[in-house]
Amino acid sequence: MIINVLVGIGIAFFAFVLQTSVAGLNRKIVGRLQKRIGPRWYQEFIDIFKLLSKRSVSHGWIFDFGVIMALGGIIGTAMFMPITSNIVAFQDYDNFFIFVYLLAVGMLGMAMSASGSGNPWASIGVMRALTTMLAYEVPFLIVVLTIINLSGTSSMTGIQIFQQTAGNNWFILALPLGGIVGFIALMGMLGKKPFETYIAPAEIASGPMVEYGGKQLGMLFILHEISVWIEVTLFVHLFLGGATNIFEFLIKYFAVYTLANLISNVNGRFKIDQVVTFFYKWPLLMAVTQAVIAIYFGWVI
Amino acid sequence: MLSTKFTPATKLSKAEIDRKWWEIGDFFRRNSLWLLMYCTGCCAIELPPAMTSAYDMERLGMGPMATPRQADILLVSGYLSLKTLRRLIYTYEQMSEPRYVVALGSCPINGGIYHDSHAVINQLDQYIPVDVYVAGCMPNTEAVMNGFVDLMDQIKHKTANGWKKYHANFEWYKENQRNSLGEVDVHDEFHE
Repeated sequence: MIINVLVGIGIAFFAFVLQTSVAGLNRKIVGRLQKRIGPRWYQEFIDIFKLLSKRSVSHGWIFDFGVIMALGGIIGTAMFMPITSNIVAFQDYDNFFIFVYLLAVGMLGMAMSASGSGNPWASIGVMRALTTMLAYEVPFLIVVLTIINLSGTSSMTGIQIFQQTAGNNWFILALPLGGIVGFIALMGMLGKKPFETYIAPAEIASGPMVEYGGKQLGMLFILHEISVWIEVTLFVHLFLGGATNIFEFLIKYFAVYTLANLISNVNGRFKIDQVVTFFYKWPLLMAVTQAVIAIYFGWVI
Repeated sequence: MLSTKFTPATKLSKAEIDRKWWEIGDFFRRNSLWLLMYCTGCCAIELPPAMTSAYDMERLGMGPMATPRQADILLVSGYLSLKTLRRLIYTYEQMSEPRYVVALGSCPINGGIYHDSHAVINQLDQYIPVDVYVAGCMPNTEAVMNGFVDLMDQIKHKTANGWKKYHANFEWYKENQRNSLGEVDVHDEFHE
C-alpha cells in the first residue's frame, strides 16, 4: 500500500516535470513560429519558482484553502493515471470515471477559491469555465462511452491493452469521427485558443486567476501543469493506443500537446455563446453519428 | 593536520541562511520579470517592437501580464495626469512584493513636453519609488530593452530596492500624494 502511494506521488511529480518542460519547449516552438528566438526551455520552471518566492496577499481563508484543495485534488487525480499500460500506481482503480469525478475536485476548489476573492472578473471567469465544461463534456462523453462499449472495459489500462492487441486499431483510426471530436474536446479542456473564453487576458483580465499573485498563483501554475498532463494523457490512452513503454508515451504526449498548441496559435477566440453552440452543433452531431455507426451498424475499422 | 572528514560544519547564522535563500530567489526573479503596462503616453508605441520578433523580450523571460497581482514590473510609459496618478498608486499598492517600477520617457522624469500643464505631474518618484528610468522623448526600443537589462543587473546586485524604500518612507510618499491629489482614494464615478 505504501509502495503504491509512493509510486502515485512519483507519477504526479513526473507529470509536473514532464508537462512543465513540454510547455517550455512549446513556448520556444511558438517563438520560432512567430520569427522570435523564444525563451529558454526551462522558463516555465523559473516562472513557477519565482512565483513561489514572492510575497502574496490573502483574500480570506476560503481563497487560500481553495487553492490548496484544488492542488491536492489534482495531485490525487494524477496519482491514479497510468503512464503506460504497465506503469500504474493503483491496479484496478484506473477507471475512466474516477478521473471524471476527481478532476471535478480540482475544478471546484479553484472555483471556490476564485469566488472567495470577491472580484467580479473571477466570477465571470468561473462561470465561463463551467459553461465551457458543460459544452465539451457531452460530445466527449458520447465518444468515450462508444469506446467503452467497444472495448468492453472502462479501465484505462484495459482500453490501452485492447488497442494494443493484434487485430484492433487505435481508436483514432477505428473511430475517425470520434477521434476528431475527442481532439476538439481536448482543445476545450486545455483552454486552447478557439475555446480560451474563460482565461481571455485581454477581455476579462485572465478570468479566475485575476486576484492571484505570488504563492497562490505559483500553486495554480503547478495545478494547471498537472491537469494539462492528465487531460492530454487521457487522450493518448483513449485514442492513440496508450503506450507500451515510456519513450512511446513521451513521443505521443509531445505530439498531441504540440499539435493542440500549434492549432491554438493560429486561431482567434470564440465568444462564450459561440463555444456552446459550436460544441452542441458539429462535435455533438459527429459523436452521435460515430456512436450509431460503431454500435448499431458495427462498422469499426 | 585536521582531517576534513571530522571537521565540524560551520554553522550558518539565520541572517546568512536568509541571505542565501534571497539570492536564489533573486535568480528566479530577475529571469522571469512580468510586466504590467500602464500605457498612458506615446512611449507605449515602443513596446510592440520590444515584445515581437524585432527584439523579443520573451527570450529574457519577460512578458505582459493581465493584472497587477500577477505582475513584477509596473511599466509607466509617458505622462501622468492627476487622475491617472491616483489609479497608478492604487495599482502599485496592489502588486505583490518584490515589485519594481520602470518609467519610460522624459515625462515621468521632469514633465517632458507637458511640464507646464496644470493637469500633469512632473516627477513620478515623488509619489512612488522608481527603479529604472529610460530617458528620451521617446526612447528608442534599444534603450527600452537596455532599461530592462539594467533592472536585471540591479536585482542581481541587490540595488533594486524601490519597494523597500516605499515601506521605509511611506509617510513621506503619502504626504506627497495627498498634497497633489487632495485624497488618494479612487471613487467610482460611474456608479456613485
